[in-house]
Amino acid sequence: MDMNQYLSMFIDESNDHLQSLNESMMGLEANPEDISIVQVIFRSAHTLKGMAATMGFEDLASLTHQMENVLDLVRNNKLRMQDFIFDTLFKSLDALESMVEDITGGGEGKADVSAIVSSLQAIVRGEVPAAAGAAAEVTAAAATTGDAQISLDEFQYSVLEQSLQEGHQVLYVDVAIRKDCQLKAVRAYMVFDLLERSGEVVKSFPSVQDIEQEKFDYGFSLYYITQKDASEIQRMILNLSEIDKVTAVALDQESLSQMAQEMSAATAEASPAAPVQESPASAPAAPAASAAKEENGKSAPVRTGGAPSRTIRVDIERLDVLMNLFSELLIDRVRLEQLASEVQNGDLTETVEHMGRVSGDLQNIVMKLRMVPVDTVFNRFPRMVRDLAKSLDKKIDLVVTGAETELDRTVIDEIGDPLVHLLRNAVDHGVESIQDRLASGKSDTGTVNLRAFHSGNHVFIEIEDDGAGIKPQKILQSAIKKGIITQEQAAAYSDDEAIQLLFAPGFSTAEVISDVSGRGVGLDVVKSKITSLGGNVVVYSTPGKGTNFSVQLPLTLSIIAAMLVKIGSEKYAIPLSSIVETGIVKNTQIRTIHGNRMIEFRNSHIPLLSLSKFYAVPDFDESTEEETEIVVVRKGERLVALAVQDFIGQNDIVIKNLGKYLPEVQGISGATILGDGQVALIIDPNAFIK
Amino acid sequence: MAEDIKVIVFKLGSEEYGIEVEKVQTIERMMPITRVPKTYSFIKGVINLRGVVIPVIDLRGRFGIQEAEHTDQTRIIIVNVNEMEVGFIVDSANDVIDLNRDSIDTPPDVVGGIKAKYLDGVAKIGEDRLLIMLNLTEVLNKSEIVQLESLEG
Repeated sequence: MDMNQYLSMFIDESNDHLQSLNESMMGLEANPEDISIVQVIFRSAHTLKGMAATMGFEDLASLTHQMENVLDLVRNNKLRMQDFIFDTLFKSLDALESMVEDITGGGEGKADVSAIVSSLQAIVRGEVPAAAGAAAEVTAAAATTGDAQISLDEFQYSVLEQSLQEGHQVLYVDVAIRKDCQLKAVRAYMVFDLLERSGEVVKSFPSVQDIEQEKFDYGFSLYYITQKDASEIQRMILNLSEIDKVTAVALDQESLSQMAQEMSAATAEASPAAPVQESPASAPAAPAASAAKEENGKSAPVRTGGAPSRTIRVDIERLDVLMNLFSELLIDRVRLEQLASEVQNGDLTETVEHMGRVSGDLQNIVMKLRMVPVDTVFNRFPRMVRDLAKSLDKKIDLVVTGAETELDRTVIDEIGDPLVHLLRNAVDHGVESIQDRLASGKSDTGTVNLRAFHSGNHVFIEIEDDGAGIKPQKILQSAIKKGIITQEQAAAYSDDEAIQLLFAPGFSTAEVISDVSGRGVGLDVVKSKITSLGGNVVVYSTPGKGTNFSVQLPLTLSIIAAMLVKIGSEKYAIPLSSIVETGIVKNTQIRTIHGNRMIEFRNSHIPLLSLSKFYAVPDFDESTEEETEIVVVRKGERLVALAVQDFIGQNDIVIKNLGKYLPEVQGISGATILGDGQVALIIDPNAFIK
Repeated sequence: MAEDIKVIVFKLGSEEYGIEVEKVQTIERMMPITRVPKTYSFIKGVINLRGVVIPVIDLRGRFGIQEAEHTDQTRIIIVNVNEMEVGFIVDSANDVIDLNRDSIDTPPDVVGGIKAKYLDGVAKIGEDRLLIMLNLTEVLNKSEIVQLESLEG
């Protein structure tokens, strides 16, 4: 079967599942005791595994399978989540993500994940590295199951030790029953029965009782004392039907003592009778970070799944086709309206008018289809902030609001990187270290607010931290030192103006630029990116209270307001966002300075450029006119006046590109289709200001 | 026996040219063209083809043949090559023929003044009809034009 047709669906769904896995894991980290989240995670992982296996991406499927094994233990209360497990699971998610990325790029989704797989397997076996507080975990967990367990372990240990000394074989046997086995408890009993005939089972995991009640997952391990050697036992068990795999390892004194320790941890965790929450010992044993998160993490939204999605997926290209067809329809509508007004037939006019209204509504809907909630960008941030905070040894609470705010798809695609930059900035430089926070009387956990909201024709995205804020004086000093402004200029700067200097190219106030970010480094890039999207970014800061980066974005990029102008027989559109004003100048007002034509504009001189000359318009030359219509456009602080023949008026235009054959034309940023079906070129004002 | 291919036949001056039918999207009558300044002289501008803006090339200009007035017969052939959509202005287009690949010969050095690199081959139809098969990738290749212009400049 050809799977390629399902590939894009697979990629989309995998990304969805990975996203929800990431979110749920974050939720679980905040509420480690909430088994319902584990269920959600398990289901997602399971679906992902199934999909990957069906598509033939074995590596992906097997890694997910290992994750499932761990999650299965957790949801059955056989394993308690802890830092090390979280880290490993997050690492697995990262690996899965890069595999899916590889597949998206046309690869096979292969990756070397042996390290992660062995960590996951170690977790399933109950081995947790001592560094992750395993020792505390073991004692804490063991305490919950009562002293009997520990003494039993000591007893078993001494039995095994003695057996070894007496020359018996001590084996560690791992048995896996085939997954399609109907009565696994019976199978397990047969294994025990067989073993009892030629030796003694000292200890099994899960316990014999649990195995009898089918409370195990297709596999069990046991310590066994016998006279026979390992390979023989292995062969004997394999002779039973429906046994998948058997490994028997002969133990010596040293490996025994090592195994015994792990076993004690494993058996303790295996006991479902001990509810972990009631354990008084578990609280101090729980990692401090997650304990802190528990307090404010309760409110964190957790997708519990279940609610069926009421959306369908549509290729963005199909939407573009729909838009194109739609503009065709609009052109025909204009023609029809013209004809109807000529024919003067009442019924016809009425029908055409009705059609006009319907198509107007339709246009709105088509536009709305392109709107995507900012959630699609925001959803990767909690994970990023978590990792960042961890690596910087800070405590940070990311509060996301307004994730449902919608933006045009084209804006969404572009806005991710600048936001990542601002967020990193807030985490790295905005929020102070725990010591500094405590010293200044704040709580040890910093808060970073990420909010999005509508306002008028714009969407605002704000990133606000409650950190130390920015000192204007420090910025001014740094700007002077870097030669961005002079001492005299600095004196005239207000505090607010000083802070905006952060966006000046080549600026940085960070005394030590960390590997995460240096405040100021690259902020000019952020600014130019956002400006290129037709937006703006400003920063507010109160020393000691925090900093707020406010990003203003247009609702959509594909439709802009523009001024249509006429030059000879040609029509051009100038984006309204870069127009300062329009006006008329008399030829006598035009001066020549160094061979450049200039006009006086608000007490300064700005250059006057002839569009007809720049674009070599064949049938117009304004030099013969006495008065010239001008459009003053702006790029940053710089202004230039463009001479045109006539203003046609303001219009909302749909931006189209010139096609792949003409990727870049000087002074032209795109094209649009006017109501009469004609193509008008969109002027790129930036081209005139160097 | 090589396979048969379908070819759209069009005329520039007295020469007949062919483009494989799969590469042709549509053939349109002449329509208003919006001039695009600051590009090559043979790029006549852009058209609105059902909501999509498509650049249009005068094929005569591209091949360095004297450009001609547009007539009733003038057509714009919209081709799609390497995901580039481009329109070609041709004198007329009115035929689709089946051609056997075997009947296409390698191009002679010079045919009607057009550089051989733009040609895939020349096919003989019937007794005295010659069909020049275009190599669209080369026709749309712009890097070579830049070189030419810098040489001339």
